[in-house]
Amino acid sequence: MIAKGKAIKYGDNVDTDVIIPARYLNSSDPSELAAHCMEDIDADFVNKVEKGDIIVAAKNFGCGSSREHAPIAIKASGVSCVIAKTFARIFYRNAINIGLPILECPELFEETEEGDRLEVDFDTGTINNITRKKVFKTQPFPPFMQEIIANDGLVGYIKKTT
Amino acid sequence: MGMTMTQKILASHAGLEEVVAGQLIMADVDMVLGNDITTPVAIKEFRKLGVGNVFDKSKVSIVPDHFCPNKDIKSAEQVKFIREFAREMEIENFFEVGQMGIEHALLPEKGLVTAGNVVIGADSHTCTYGALGAFSTGVGSTDMACGMATGKAWFKVPEAMKFELVGKPGRWVSGKDVILHIIGMIGVDGALYKSMEFTGEGLANLSMDDRFAMANMAIEAGGKNGIFDVDEKTLAYINEHSTKEFKVFKADPDAQYAKTYIIELDKIKPTVSFPHLPDNTRAEGEFGDVTIDQVVIGSCTNGRIEDMRMAAEILKGRKVHSNVRCIIFPATQKIWKQAMNEGLFDIFIEAGAAISTPTCGPCLGGHMGILAKGERAVATTNRNFVGRMGHPESEVYLSGPYVAAASAVTGKISSPAELQEV
Repeated sequence: MIAKGKAIKYGDNVDTDVIIPARYLNSSDPSELAAHCMEDIDADFVNKVEKGDIIVAAKNFGCGSSREHAPIAIKASGVSCVIAKTFARIFYRNAINIGLPILECPELFEETEEGDRLEVDFDTGTINNITRKKVFKTQPFPPFMQEIIANDGLVGYIKKTT
Repeated sequence: MGMTMTQKILASHAGLEEVVAGQLIMADVDMVLGNDITTPVAIKEFRKLGVGNVFDKSKVSIVPDHFCPNKDIKSAEQVKFIREFAREMEIENFFEVGQMGIEHALLPEKGLVTAGNVVIGADSHTCTYGALGAFSTGVGSTDMACGMATGKAWFKVPEAMKFELVGKPGRWVSGKDVILHIIGMIGVDGALYKSMEFTGEGLANLSMDDRFAMANMAIEAGGKNGIFDVDEKTLAYINEHSTKEFKVFKADPDAQYAKTYIIELDKIKPTVSFPHLPDNTRAEGEFGDVTIDQVVIGSCTNGRIEDMRMAAEILKGRKVHSNVRCIIFPATQKIWKQAMNEGLFDIFIEAGAAISTPTCGPCLGGHMGILAKGERAVATTNRNFVGRMGHPESEVYLSGPYVAAASAVTGKISSPAELQEV
């Protein structure tokens, strides 16, 4: 699978309260959540995001609440992949469980500017910054997680294996 | 090779003799928890699995506590949706307004979680039950759905950080100050993917309510779980609250730790986390001159009876500052009744504080105490992220009940030591 889009950049410790503020959690409708994605740190996000875009962040992305509404909002806004130096653990498993591709890449953040064109090959774990002509390799997921991802999330995996 | 407390519990629930850090396992769970925000998403995923029933109707707990009592029509619809599911599945532990409390105060109080359990909850503060010597961790709604269907969850076995507690906390220091101090020391991702294991002779000087507050905030250091050694206090609590079978796990003497910290409890001062991260801590003497508009005392971190007593100790004979709204939230019906019977409500009301029914409400900016643009609150809650309690340009300062109550009196962030005698 290949993802392709422009980079949208954020810093350290992007928490789930800013990814989707709690005042919108009286709904779990993905498109409604997407309409408020990133609202409290980047009110312009919903205007600039295009299908396929890739969020590039620094460390501890998705810290805080366990709300799955956060990866759901990101996925429904059209983002194809989130690449961070590290992820908070609940966000990490939620993303895998709902089939939002994520990658850990410590080097990409410093080598990428907002708006750069990126291409990600999930099969090889390769990230290509087309704008800056730089290629990054990431660690592949363990086979168990790859299987969850290949089945579009944990529900698909469990349906297939039980 | 030796195993940590967490590793032993996980091994026992995965049917394995031994596990090692980094290993991926499927483990049996003893309790699956959800609330009014996370359960609706879980139900939708559960339906996709095509199973007719939950794996065990006594091992699922659903607590509508976040936007409850329902704050608006959409919240009411969400709770109605989960109520109908709970009835259809005959879930034994569904708690309506009137019985409900804040989930992480309620489940231990009802004896639904105990030592040696594996607990998953679609709420990040599920790590609270580590105070009882359980492995408990926050997960998402899809994990909750699959947990309800199969009674299992996948885990990457964490490596551990050891916190060896020594000494005795000072006069105005509670478990909250200890955990804020630790988060300030290691950072909001200091324990990322790891378990935080609390042990040492100093444990004897921390009450169960202190420990609940500490385990509760393991997630604010990025931890997968926080877990305490089981001692006499734990056993007394368990025997008083639960009839469930329990098992005490101890770390092997040769267990491996990524890092060991010695925490000298007597050196910790009243601590406050300044905006906008829990690790942005300042100790007594460094608070500066920060005027405030609101004080919130309650939440899954500090809404227990001892927290109420600490607040009352400060507010007795004093008045809430005229520029401050002080709102107090006992976390469960039982705590509410106990606080009332101990006369704490008289103290709160005479001081000019408001008392609310149990709810997570203001902690996450839901309802019952939302901040306007530019307003500041001191709160005994657990997060001070941008916009957490309301407007994105409002501010939350995290503290324990002593500092929160003292600040309500002075109208600025204050240590109890600054108050005049009454």
